[in-house]
Amino acid sequence: MPGKIRSRDEIIAQFKDGQTVMCGGMHNHGTPNALIQCVIDSGARHLTVISIDSADANLTLGRLFHHRLVDKIITSYIGRNTEVVAMLEAGEIEVEFVPQGSLVERVRCGGAGLGGVLTKTGLGTVVEEGRQIVEVNGTGEKYLLETALRADIGLVRARMADPLGNLAYRGTMRNFNPLIATAADLTLVDADMLMDVDEIGIDRIGTPGVYVDMVLAK
Amino acid sequence: MDDKTLIARRVALELKDGDLVNLGIGLPTMVAQYLPPGIDVSFQSENGIVGMQALPAGVSPSADLTDAGGAPIGALPGAFAFDSAMSFGLIRGGHLDITVLGGLQVDELGQLANWMVPGKMVPGMGGAMDLVSGAKRVIVAMTHTAKGAPKILKRCTLPLTSIRSVDLIVTEMAVIRTTPEGLVLSEVAPGVSVDQVLAATQAHLIVPDDVSVMAVAA
Repeated sequence: MPGKIRSRDEIIAQFKDGQTVMCGGMHNHGTPNALIQCVIDSGARHLTVISIDSADANLTLGRLFHHRLVDKIITSYIGRNTEVVAMLEAGEIEVEFVPQGSLVERVRCGGAGLGGVLTKTGLGTVVEEGRQIVEVNGTGEKYLLETALRADIGLVRARMADPLGNLAYRGTMRNFNPLIATAADLTLVDADMLMDVDEIGIDRIGTPGVYVDMVLAK
Repeated sequence: MDDKTLIARRVALELKDGDLVNLGIGLPTMVAQYLPPGIDVSFQSENGIVGMQALPAGVSPSADLTDAGGAPIGALPGAFAFDSAMSFGLIRGGHLDITVLGGLQVDELGQLANWMVPGKMVPGMGGAMDLVSGAKRVIVAMTHTAKGAPKILKRCTLPLTSIRSVDLIVTEMAVIRTTPEGLVLSEVAPGVSVDQVLAATQAHLIVPDDVSVMAVAA
Protein backbone atom coordinates (compact mmCIF):
# COMPACT_ATOMS: atom_id res chain seq x y z
CA MET A 1 0.00 0.00 0.00
CA PRO A 2 -0.53 3.14 0.08
CA GLY A 3 -1.10 3.90 -3.65
CA LYS A 4 -4.58 5.46 -3.64
CA ILE A 5 -5.17 4.72 0.04
CA ARG A 6 -5.70 8.04 1.81
CA SER A 7 -6.09 9.07 5.42
CA ARG A 8 -9.40 10.21 6.79
CA ASP A 9 -8.07 13.79 7.09
CA GLU A 10 -7.07 13.86 3.42
CA ILE A 11 -10.51 12.62 2.41
CA ILE A 12 -12.29 15.14 4.65
CA ALA A 13 -10.28 17.97 3.03
CA GLN A 14 -11.90 17.22 -0.35
CA PHE A 15 -15.40 18.40 0.63
CA LYS A 16 -16.42 22.03 0.04
CA ASP A 17 -19.63 24.03 0.30
CA GLY A 18 -21.91 23.81 -2.73
CA GLN A 19 -20.50 20.60 -4.19
CA THR A 20 -22.56 17.98 -5.98
CA VAL A 21 -22.07 14.60 -4.32
CA MET A 22 -23.27 11.29 -5.76
CA CYS A 23 -23.72 8.44 -3.31
CA GLY A 24 -24.18 4.70 -3.78
CA GLY A 25 -26.56 2.52 -1.80
CA MET A 26 -30.24 1.68 -1.77
CA HIS A 27 -32.48 1.88 1.29
CA ASN A 28 -29.50 1.96 3.67
CA HIS A 29 -27.69 -0.98 2.03
CA GLY A 30 -24.46 -0.77 0.08
CA THR A 31 -24.02 2.77 1.40
CA PRO A 32 -20.50 4.18 2.02
CA ASN A 33 -21.21 5.08 5.65
CA ALA A 34 -17.61 5.92 6.59
CA LEU A 35 -17.46 8.48 3.77
CA ILE A 36 -20.79 9.97 4.84
CA GLN A 37 -19.25 10.54 8.26
CA CYS A 38 -16.33 12.29 6.48
CA VAL A 39 -18.80 14.64 4.74
CA ILE A 40 -20.40 15.48 8.07
CA ASP A 41 -17.03 16.05 9.73
CA SER A 42 -15.86 18.29 6.87
CA GLY A 43 -18.54 20.85 7.70
CA ALA A 44 -19.43 21.24 3.99
CA ARG A 45 -22.94 22.58 3.46
CA HIS A 46 -25.34 23.52 0.67
CA LEU A 47 -24.65 20.23 -1.08
CA THR A 48 -26.54 18.74 -4.00
CA VAL A 49 -26.95 14.98 -3.54
CA ILE A 50 -27.59 12.46 -6.33
CA SER A 51 -28.77 9.08 -5.02
CA ILE A 52 -31.35 6.37 -5.66
CA ASP A 53 -33.26 7.26 -2.49
CA SER A 54 -32.81 9.39 0.62
CA ALA A 55 -32.50 6.38 2.98
CA ASP A 56 -34.24 6.54 6.35
CA ALA A 57 -34.28 9.47 8.77
CA ASN A 58 -30.82 9.95 10.29
CA LEU A 59 -29.58 6.57 9.03
CA THR A 60 -26.76 6.03 6.48
CA LEU A 61 -27.17 8.68 3.73
CA GLY A 62 -30.12 10.07 5.70
CA ARG A 63 -27.65 11.58 8.18
CA LEU A 64 -26.69 14.27 5.64
CA PHE A 65 -30.29 15.52 5.58
CA HIS A 66 -30.61 15.21 9.35
CA HIS A 67 -27.62 17.55 9.70
CA ARG A 68 -29.15 19.98 7.17
CA LEU A 69 -26.19 19.80 4.80
CA VAL A 70 -28.21 19.35 1.61
CA ASP A 71 -30.00 22.02 -0.46
CA LYS A 72 -31.11 19.75 -3.27
CA ILE A 73 -31.48 16.04 -3.97
CA ILE A 74 -31.85 14.37 -7.37
CA THR A 75 -33.41 10.99 -6.63
CA SER A 76 -36.15 8.48 -7.42
CA TYR A 77 -37.59 8.07 -3.92
CA ILE A 78 -37.79 9.93 -0.58
CA GLY A 79 -40.88 8.21 0.87
CA ARG A 80 -39.17 6.42 3.74
CA ASN A 81 -37.23 9.39 5.06
CA THR A 82 -39.70 11.29 7.23
CA GLU A 83 -37.23 14.15 7.71
CA VAL A 84 -36.75 14.73 3.97
CA VAL A 85 -40.52 14.50 3.38
CA ALA A 86 -41.05 17.15 6.08
CA MET A 87 -38.27 19.34 4.66
CA LEU A 88 -39.85 19.16 1.20
CA GLU A 89 -43.26 20.14 2.62
CA ALA A 90 -41.64 23.05 4.48
CA GLY A 91 -39.76 24.20 1.37
CA GLU A 92 -36.41 23.54 3.05
CA ILE A 93 -35.05 21.24 0.35
CA GLU A 94 -35.42 21.01 -3.41
CA VAL A 95 -36.26 17.54 -4.70
CA GLU A 96 -35.88 16.56 -8.36
CA PHE A 97 -37.54 13.20 -8.98
CA VAL A 98 -36.18 10.99 -11.74
CA PRO A 99 -37.45 7.47 -12.50
CA GLN A 100 -34.93 5.07 -11.01
CA GLY A 101 -33.89 3.43 -14.27
CA SER A 102 -33.50 6.82 -15.94
CA LEU A 103 -31.46 8.19 -13.03
CA VAL A 104 -29.08 5.25 -13.30
CA GLU A 105 -28.73 5.71 -17.06
CA ARG A 106 -28.09 9.46 -16.66
CA VAL A 107 -25.19 8.67 -14.37
CA ARG A 108 -23.93 5.93 -16.68
CA CYS A 109 -23.96 8.46 -19.53
CA GLY A 110 -22.08 10.95 -17.36
CA GLY A 111 -19.32 8.44 -16.88
CA ALA A 112 -19.27 7.13 -20.44
CA GLY A 113 -18.94 10.34 -22.43
CA LEU A 114 -22.53 10.28 -23.66
CA GLY A 115 -24.88 13.26 -23.75
CA GLY A 116 -27.91 11.28 -22.69
CA VAL A 117 -30.25 8.41 -23.47
CA LEU A 118 -33.71 8.03 -25.02
CA THR A 119 -36.30 6.18 -22.94
CA LYS A 120 -40.04 5.49 -22.97
CA THR A 121 -40.09 5.69 -19.19
CA GLY A 122 -41.94 8.83 -18.07
CA LEU A 123 -43.35 9.60 -21.53
CA GLY A 124 -46.80 11.17 -21.19
CA THR A 125 -46.38 11.68 -17.42
CA VAL A 126 -45.32 14.63 -15.26
CA VAL A 127 -41.72 13.52 -15.84
CA GLU A 128 -42.00 15.10 -19.31
CA GLU A 129 -41.88 18.54 -17.74
CA GLY A 130 -38.63 20.26 -18.72
CA ARG A 131 -37.52 17.33 -20.87
CA GLN A 132 -37.12 17.14 -24.62
CA ILE A 133 -39.27 14.64 -26.53
CA VAL A 134 -37.32 13.06 -29.36
CA GLU A 135 -38.88 11.35 -32.34
CA VAL A 136 -36.34 9.02 -33.86
CA ASN A 137 -35.95 9.60 -37.59
CA GLY A 138 -38.38 7.67 -39.70
CA THR A 139 -39.70 5.39 -36.94
CA GLY A 140 -42.43 7.61 -35.51
CA GLU A 141 -41.33 6.35 -32.09
CA LYS A 142 -41.21 8.99 -29.37
CA TYR A 143 -38.85 8.98 -26.43
CA LEU A 144 -37.86 11.22 -23.55
CA LEU A 145 -34.32 12.54 -23.61
CA GLU A 146 -32.63 11.95 -20.27
CA THR A 147 -29.42 13.96 -20.11
CA ALA A 148 -26.11 12.91 -18.55
CA LEU A 149 -25.41 13.58 -14.88
CA ARG A 150 -22.01 14.02 -13.26
CA ALA A 151 -20.86 15.08 -9.81
CA ASP A 152 -17.89 16.77 -8.18
CA ILE A 153 -17.49 13.84 -5.83
CA GLY A 154 -18.69 10.24 -5.98
CA LEU A 155 -19.05 8.20 -2.79
CA VAL A 156 -18.71 4.46 -3.43
CA ARG A 157 -19.03 1.45 -1.16
CA ALA A 158 -17.19 -1.73 -2.07
CA ARG A 159 -16.44 -5.03 -0.42
CA MET A 160 -12.77 -4.95 -1.37
CA ALA A 161 -10.31 -2.35 -2.64
CA ASP A 162 -6.63 -2.55 -3.50
CA PRO A 163 -4.01 0.25 -3.62
CA LEU A 164 -4.61 0.70 -7.36
CA GLY A 165 -8.27 1.44 -6.61
CA ASN A 166 -9.57 -1.81 -8.09
CA LEU A 167 -12.87 -2.70 -6.42
CA ALA A 168 -14.94 -5.82 -5.84
CA TYR A 169 -18.54 -5.84 -4.70
CA ARG A 170 -20.66 -8.33 -2.82
CA GLY A 171 -24.28 -9.35 -3.35
CA THR A 172 -26.84 -6.60 -3.67
CA MET A 173 -24.55 -3.97 -2.14
CA ARG A 174 -23.33 -3.00 -5.58
CA ASN A 175 -26.59 -1.36 -6.85
CA PHE A 176 -25.70 2.24 -7.86
CA ASN A 177 -22.05 2.06 -6.74
CA PRO A 178 -20.30 0.88 -9.95
CA LEU A 179 -22.10 3.58 -11.98
CA ILE A 180 -21.20 6.34 -9.55
CA ALA A 181 -17.57 5.27 -9.62
CA THR A 182 -17.44 6.30 -13.30
CA ALA A 183 -19.20 9.67 -13.19
CA ALA A 184 -17.54 11.94 -10.64
CA ASP A 185 -14.52 14.25 -10.94
CA LEU A 186 -13.26 12.71 -7.72
CA THR A 187 -14.25 9.15 -6.80
CA LEU A 188 -13.85 8.17 -3.14
CA VAL A 189 -14.23 4.62 -1.87
CA ASP A 190 -15.26 3.10 1.45
CA ALA A 191 -14.23 -0.56 1.27
CA ASP A 192 -14.90 -3.22 3.89
CA MET A 193 -11.53 -4.83 3.22
CA LEU A 194 -8.23 -3.46 1.91
CA MET A 195 -6.36 -5.98 -0.21
CA ASP A 196 -2.91 -6.14 -1.76
CA VAL A 197 -2.42 -5.63 -5.50
CA ASP A 198 -3.46 -8.78 -7.40
CA GLU A 199 -5.19 -10.20 -4.36
CA ILE A 200 -8.73 -9.46 -5.60
CA GLY A 201 -8.19 -11.30 -8.89
CA ILE A 202 -8.65 -10.11 -12.44
CA ASP A 203 -12.09 -11.70 -12.87
CA ARG A 204 -13.43 -10.52 -9.53
CA ILE A 205 -12.80 -6.80 -10.07
CA GLY A 206 -16.10 -4.99 -10.59
CA THR A 207 -14.72 -1.47 -10.95
CA PRO A 208 -11.25 -0.99 -12.42
CA GLY A 209 -8.95 1.27 -10.47
CA VAL A 210 -8.72 3.78 -13.33
CA TYR A 211 -12.08 5.16 -12.13
CA VAL A 212 -11.03 5.51 -8.50
CA ASP A 213 -9.10 8.42 -6.99
CA MET A 214 -8.96 7.73 -3.26
CA VAL A 215 -9.69 4.80 -0.97
CA LEU A 216 -10.36 5.56 2.68
CA ALA A 217 -7.66 4.03 4.90
CA LYS A 218 -8.67 1.68 7.71
CA MET B 1 -59.68 -15.24 3.58
CA ASP B 2 -58.89 -11.51 3.79
CA ASP B 3 -58.95 -9.32 0.68
CA LYS B 4 -55.20 -9.11 0.22
CA THR B 5 -54.73 -12.86 0.49
CA LEU B 6 -57.50 -13.44 -2.04
CA ILE B 7 -55.88 -11.02 -4.49
CA ALA B 8 -52.41 -12.54 -4.01
CA ARG B 9 -53.76 -16.06 -4.53
CA ARG B 10 -55.50 -15.06 -7.75
CA VAL B 11 -52.46 -13.24 -9.12
CA ALA B 12 -50.32 -16.31 -8.38
CA LEU B 13 -52.28 -18.23 -11.04
CA GLU B 14 -50.99 -15.78 -13.68
CA LEU B 15 -47.36 -16.88 -13.23
CA LYS B 16 -46.10 -19.40 -15.78
CA ASP B 17 -43.26 -21.84 -15.51
CA GLY B 18 -39.98 -20.13 -16.38
CA ASP B 19 -41.25 -16.56 -15.93
CA LEU B 20 -38.95 -13.82 -14.66
CA VAL B 21 -41.10 -11.84 -12.23
CA ASN B 22 -40.80 -8.58 -10.29
CA LEU B 23 -43.13 -8.16 -7.31
CA GLY B 24 -43.74 -4.70 -5.88
CA ILE B 25 -43.52 -3.98 -2.17
CA GLY B 26 -46.58 -4.78 -0.02
CA LEU B 27 -49.46 -6.87 -1.34
CA PRO B 28 -47.64 -7.97 -4.55
CA THR B 29 -44.85 -9.52 -2.45
CA MET B 30 -47.44 -11.92 -0.97
CA VAL B 31 -47.90 -13.53 -4.41
CA ALA B 32 -44.65 -15.48 -3.98
CA GLN B 33 -46.22 -17.46 -1.11
CA TYR B 34 -48.93 -18.92 -3.34
CA LEU B 35 -47.08 -20.22 -6.38
CA PRO B 36 -48.97 -23.22 -7.76
CA PRO B 37 -47.10 -26.54 -7.46
CA GLY B 38 -44.86 -27.34 -10.42
CA ILE B 39 -44.50 -23.68 -11.40
CA ASP B 40 -40.89 -22.58 -11.23
CA VAL B 41 -40.34 -18.83 -11.61
CA SER B 42 -37.42 -16.49 -10.89
CA PHE B 43 -37.95 -13.33 -8.89
CA GLN B 44 -36.03 -10.16 -9.71
CA SER B 45 -35.53 -7.16 -7.46
CA GLU B 46 -34.64 -3.69 -8.79
CA ASN B 47 -31.63 -3.29 -6.53
CA GLY B 48 -29.93 -5.99 -8.55
CA ILE B 49 -30.70 -9.66 -8.05
CA VAL B 50 -32.39 -12.50 -9.91
CA GLY B 51 -33.10 -15.65 -7.94
CA MET B 52 -34.16 -14.12 -4.65
CA GLN B 53 -36.37 -15.94 -2.18
CA ALA B 54 -37.82 -15.13 1.22
CA LEU B 55 -35.16 -15.38 3.91
CA PRO B 56 -35.26 -19.05 4.88
CA ALA B 57 -35.92 -19.91 8.52
CA GLY B 58 -32.69 -20.31 10.43
CA VAL B 59 -30.59 -18.34 7.93
CA SER B 60 -29.13 -15.16 9.39
CA PRO B 61 -29.82 -11.97 7.40
CA SER B 62 -26.97 -10.31 5.48
CA ALA B 63 -26.67 -6.58 4.83
CA ASP B 64 -25.37 -7.50 1.38
CA LEU B 65 -28.40 -9.58 0.41
CA THR B 66 -31.53 -7.45 0.50
CA ASP B 67 -34.56 -6.68 -1.66
CA ALA B 68 -35.45 -3.31 -3.18
CA GLY B 69 -36.98 -2.23 0.12
CA GLY B 70 -33.83 -3.09 2.06
CA ALA B 71 -35.35 -6.17 3.70
CA PRO B 72 -33.13 -9.25 4.07
CA ILE B 73 -33.69 -12.03 1.52
CA GLY B 74 -32.26 -15.38 0.59
CA ALA B 75 -30.62 -16.37 -2.69
CA LEU B 76 -31.59 -19.59 -4.44
CA PRO B 77 -28.90 -21.76 -6.03
CA GLY B 78 -28.05 -20.08 -9.33
CA ALA B 79 -29.02 -16.60 -8.14
CA PHE B 80 -26.93 -13.70 -9.43
CA ALA B 81 -26.41 -10.11 -8.41
CA PHE B 82 -25.72 -7.13 -10.67
CA ASP B 83 -25.70 -3.35 -10.71
CA SER B 84 -28.64 -0.97 -11.15
CA ALA B 85 -27.91 -0.33 -14.86
CA MET B 86 -28.26 -4.01 -15.71
CA SER B 87 -31.26 -4.31 -13.41
CA PHE B 88 -33.19 -1.60 -15.25
CA GLY B 89 -31.86 -2.67 -18.63
CA LEU B 90 -33.44 -6.01 -17.88
CA ILE B 91 -36.71 -4.30 -16.89
CA ARG B 92 -36.94 -1.90 -19.85
CA GLY B 93 -35.39 -4.25 -22.38
CA GLY B 94 -38.23 -6.75 -22.49
CA HIS B 95 -36.48 -9.42 -20.40
CA LEU B 96 -38.92 -9.22 -17.49
CA ASP B 97 -42.01 -11.37 -18.13
CA ILE B 98 -44.30 -10.02 -15.42
CA THR B 99 -44.42 -7.20 -12.94
CA VAL B 100 -47.07 -7.08 -10.21
CA LEU B 101 -47.68 -3.66 -8.69
CA GLY B 102 -50.11 -1.99 -6.35
CA GLY B 103 -52.41 0.73 -7.64
CA LEU B 104 -54.14 3.90 -6.53
CA GLN B 105 -56.21 4.25 -9.73
CA VAL B 106 -56.61 2.52 -13.10
CA ASP B 107 -58.68 3.96 -15.93
CA GLU B 108 -60.59 2.84 -19.04
CA LEU B 109 -57.41 3.09 -21.12
CA GLY B 110 -55.73 0.70 -18.68
CA GLN B 111 -53.48 3.49 -17.46
CA LEU B 112 -52.18 3.17 -13.91
CA ALA B 113 -51.59 5.85 -11.30
CA ASN B 114 -49.73 4.50 -8.29
CA TRP B 115 -46.95 6.83 -7.22
CA MET B 116 -48.22 10.13 -5.91
CA VAL B 117 -51.11 12.07 -4.47
CA PRO B 118 -50.27 15.76 -5.07
CA GLY B 119 -50.12 17.72 -1.83
CA LYS B 120 -50.53 14.57 0.26
CA MET B 121 -48.10 11.85 -0.64
CA VAL B 122 -45.06 12.69 -2.75
CA PRO B 123 -42.60 9.86 -2.16
CA GLY B 124 -41.18 9.60 -5.68
CA MET B 125 -41.74 6.97 -8.34
CA GLY B 126 -38.79 4.74 -7.50
CA GLY B 127 -38.69 2.06 -10.20
CA ALA B 128 -42.45 1.95 -10.85
CA MET B 129 -42.40 3.97 -14.09
CA ASP B 130 -39.67 1.77 -15.58
CA LEU B 131 -41.48 -1.41 -14.54
CA VAL B 132 -44.83 -0.37 -16.02
CA SER B 133 -43.24 1.00 -19.20
CA GLY B 134 -40.92 -1.95 -19.74
CA ALA B 135 -42.23 -5.27 -18.41
CA LYS B 136 -43.80 -7.63 -20.94
CA ARG B 137 -46.92 -8.02 -18.80
CA VAL B 138 -48.16 -5.65 -16.09
CA ILE B 139 -50.58 -6.87 -13.42
CA VAL B 140 -52.15 -4.45 -10.97
CA ALA B 141 -53.04 -6.03 -7.62
CA MET B 142 -55.16 -3.68 -5.56
CA THR B 143 -58.33 -3.34 -3.52
CA HIS B 144 -61.33 -2.50 -5.69
CA THR B 145 -62.24 0.67 -3.78
CA ALA B 146 -60.61 3.04 -1.29
CA LYS B 147 -62.88 3.89 1.65
CA GLY B 148 -65.82 3.02 -0.57
CA ALA B 149 -64.70 5.20 -3.50
CA PRO B 150 -64.03 3.45 -6.83
CA LYS B 151 -60.38 3.16 -7.90
CA ILE B 152 -61.19 1.94 -11.41
CA LEU B 153 -62.20 5.18 -13.12
CA LYS B 154 -63.07 6.62 -16.52
CA ARG B 155 -59.85 8.64 -16.35
CA CYS B 156 -57.21 8.70 -13.66
CA THR B 157 -57.24 11.92 -11.67
CA LEU B 158 -53.84 11.25 -10.10
CA PRO B 159 -50.54 11.60 -12.01
CA LEU B 160 -49.98 8.58 -14.26
CA THR B 161 -47.20 6.08 -13.75
CA SER B 162 -47.09 5.33 -17.49
CA ILE B 163 -49.24 5.89 -20.56
CA ARG B 164 -48.77 2.22 -21.44
CA SER B 165 -51.86 0.16 -20.65
CA VAL B 166 -51.54 -2.44 -17.92
CA ASP B 167 -52.68 -5.96 -18.86
CA LEU B 168 -54.69 -7.24 -15.93
CA ILE B 169 -56.36 -5.81 -12.82
CA VAL B 170 -56.96 -8.17 -9.91
CA THR B 171 -59.03 -6.98 -6.95
CA GLU B 172 -60.92 -8.70 -4.11
CA MET B 173 -64.08 -8.34 -6.22
CA ALA B 174 -63.04 -9.06 -9.78
CA VAL B 175 -60.49 -9.82 -12.47
CA ILE B 176 -60.53 -7.25 -15.27
CA ARG B 177 -58.68 -7.53 -18.56
CA THR B 178 -57.63 -4.53 -20.61
CA THR B 179 -58.45 -4.79 -24.32
CA PRO B 180 -58.41 -2.34 -27.25
CA GLU B 181 -62.20 -2.17 -26.86
CA GLY B 182 -62.00 -1.30 -23.17
CA LEU B 183 -62.02 -2.97 -19.77
CA VAL B 184 -63.54 -6.46 -19.78
CA LEU B 185 -64.92 -8.04 -16.62
CA SER B 186 -63.67 -11.60 -16.91
CA GLU B 187 -64.13 -12.97 -13.38
CA VAL B 188 -65.98 -12.12 -10.18
CA ALA B 189 -64.87 -13.23 -6.73
CA PRO B 190 -66.84 -16.00 -5.01
CA GLY B 191 -70.02 -14.51 -3.54
CA VAL B 192 -69.74 -11.27 -5.53
CA SER B 193 -72.27 -10.44 -8.25
CA VAL B 194 -71.62 -8.69 -11.54
CA ASP B 195 -73.92 -5.88 -10.39
CA GLN B 196 -71.90 -5.40 -7.21
CA VAL B 197 -68.72 -5.05 -9.28
CA LEU B 198 -70.39 -2.57 -11.65
CA ALA B 199 -71.64 -0.52 -8.68
CA ALA B 200 -68.13 -0.34 -7.22
CA THR B 201 -66.55 0.66 -10.55
CA GLN B 202 -66.73 4.10 -12.17
CA ALA B 203 -65.19 3.01 -15.47
CA HIS B 204 -67.35 1.36 -18.11
CA LEU B 205 -66.87 -2.41 -17.95
CA ILE B 206 -67.64 -4.67 -20.87
CA VAL B 207 -69.55 -7.66 -19.41
CA PRO B 208 -69.37 -10.79 -21.54
CA ASP B 209 -71.97 -13.55 -21.22
CA ASP B 210 -69.48 -15.91 -19.64
CA VAL B 211 -68.13 -14.07 -16.58
CA SER B 212 -66.61 -16.83 -14.48
CA VAL B 213 -66.04 -17.13 -10.76
CA MET B 214 -62.51 -16.32 -9.68
CA ALA B 215 -60.30 -19.32 -9.00
CA VAL B 216 -57.49 -18.87 -6.51
CA ALA B 217 -54.26 -20.70 -5.78
CA ALA B 218 -54.22 -22.91 -2.71
